[in-house]
Amino acid sequence: MADRSSLSRRATKAVVDPSDRVFTALVGAASTVVVALIVGFILLLVLDSTESIGRFGSGFLTGSKWNPVETALNHIFFGALPFIFGTVVTSLIALVLATPLALGSAIFVSEYAPSWLGKPVAFIIELLVAIPSVAYGVWGLFVLVPIMRTGIEPFLQTTLGKVPVLGALVAGPAFGQDLLTGGVVLAIMILPTILSLSREIIDQVPRLQKEGMLALGATRWEVLSKAVLPYARGGIVGAAMLGLARAIGETMAVTMVIGNSSTKISPSILTPGYTIASAIANQFTEADSPIYFSAIVELGLVLLLVASVFNIGSRVLVRRIARREGGADA
Amino acid sequence: MPKDGEERRFLGRRVRGTVNAALAVALTALSVAILFAIVGHIFVNGVGSLNADFFTKIPKPYGEVGGGIAQAIAGTIVMLLVAGLIAIPIGMGTAIYIIEFGRGRFAEVVRFAIELLAELPSIVVGVFIWALLVRNLTGYSGIAGACALAVIMIPIIARSVEEILKLVPDSLREAALALGTPRWKVVLYIVIPTVLPGILTGVMLSLARAAGETAPLLLTALGNTFFNLDLRRPMAAMPLQIFNYAVSPYDDWHRKAWASTLVLIAIVAILSGAVKFFTRRWKHESH
Repeated sequence: MADRSSLSRRATKAVVDPSDRVFTALVGAASTVVVALIVGFILLLVLDSTESIGRFGSGFLTGSKWNPVETALNHIFFGALPFIFGTVVTSLIALVLATPLALGSAIFVSEYAPSWLGKPVAFIIELLVAIPSVAYGVWGLFVLVPIMRTGIEPFLQTTLGKVPVLGALVAGPAFGQDLLTGGVVLAIMILPTILSLSREIIDQVPRLQKEGMLALGATRWEVLSKAVLPYARGGIVGAAMLGLARAIGETMAVTMVIGNSSTKISPSILTPGYTIASAIANQFTEADSPIYFSAIVELGLVLLLVASVFNIGSRVLVRRIARREGGADA
Repeated sequence: MPKDGEERRFLGRRVRGTVNAALAVALTALSVAILFAIVGHIFVNGVGSLNADFFTKIPKPYGEVGGGIAQAIAGTIVMLLVAGLIAIPIGMGTAIYIIEFGRGRFAEVVRFAIELLAELPSIVVGVFIWALLVRNLTGYSGIAGACALAVIMIPIIARSVEEILKLVPDSLREAALALGTPRWKVVLYIVIPTVLPGILTGVMLSLARAAGETAPLLLTALGNTFFNLDLRRPMAAMPLQIFNYAVSPYDDWHRKAWASTLVLIAIVAILSGAVKFFTRRWKHESH
């Protein structure tokens, strides 16, 4: 009888077994930890950078002197411009190299290849995502750097070296460990990211549009260039932005091939340099003074903000495509 | 002859199509070739240095030939286990909350927090744990490294478990609830067992990802050339050992870097391969 009465009570008062409260509290606590983690994350980075922000202000972003030690001639100053410059240059090189590769592969896999070929090919290229960053670093250091130093960079210098503006881009000795090599390694690393997202987006183009053009006698390339790519353009830009965000945050592989030696800003992409991330990785052990510590945390904050901008931009663009697709179906 | 011109134009269109198709094929071939080059180089250069010493000895002092990465393998395993102990309950709890209990604004906030966590550059995770724990509390230590890995694993677990829980049909939950089962029993005894292989997949993926992370460990666990299982002291990890071997000036250490990279990639592949195994069995059973 007791059983029956409790059953009817449950039926009338919805659920809420007392033991449910405990369980709800537990999973609620896990969720709270996650929210607290991200809030604490941002708060801590801001808090620990305040000393550096207060002392150097915008000079941190615009100054190019990175001077951790106080001497008679040089006062302590942390200007991160060379690192920001290195991040921008390597990420752009990566983007310029990776986007055509990824887009060409995505087009082949989605539009040209039969599915028995396209799917495995996409799978193989996307395996690149699973390779740890430090493995790219090892490969970059021992295979790519010598190729760049003895092959590609001298080649660029002999071909572009005498061209007025481009010449400055490849001036100076070919070290092999420089911004260009960093960009090439990054390009390989973001290739699968851009590929898999643009493949998804190309697959979302309504079939009716493609079939309509094919029925009118268009060639496959005309269907691609007039129906598929214009439709997918925003999403592909979004895919490239996601790749850019990845490139900006990438650390180890770049650290191993970029040289980490000069804080000069030079127009030549054959200059050894730093990225923000590689500067953090190289310098955190030396942060003995509070201001040095604060400056390194601020580097992390800047990196987080820049990467977030591209992540959010990417998400907005990709979502817009998905939503339009939903509208077309309805 | 107008017809002739039309034909020529048609031919031009065909040629353009073929050229662009060939271009797409060439770009794809290049992408695939890059992957094979990287994996091939790692295999060929790494396999020669694999021997019993490599797995059982710790690194030799600077410049000496020989030694291995035993301490790094142990460190990676220990930190992955501890990170898993932290990340699995939090990640799963979050996913269960979002899917089974989450209503209204807080669930949205939690979901957004997960997305933000997933997008953090891993070095920034390192900076966070470095500023929070290493500088104030723990110093460079295994526990700090495990915490950094946990931060990276939590969003991966939460997202994949969330996706998998969505697949459980509501009729299953409703049938159990209609019998008067408390919700926690519905979740633990009915929903989760139904999708357990999928959940294990998510956990394996997060472990595979964490096993290869270097930058966050650099700022937290720091690395160690001696055998150490004490979580309060600096701890070695395979990616850190690879980095140290690779940037050293010694040829023998470079060979060790290649070999360790091969082992690391094999571990990541095995963890991800386990994923395939679980998903296949799961799909098989559900049919």
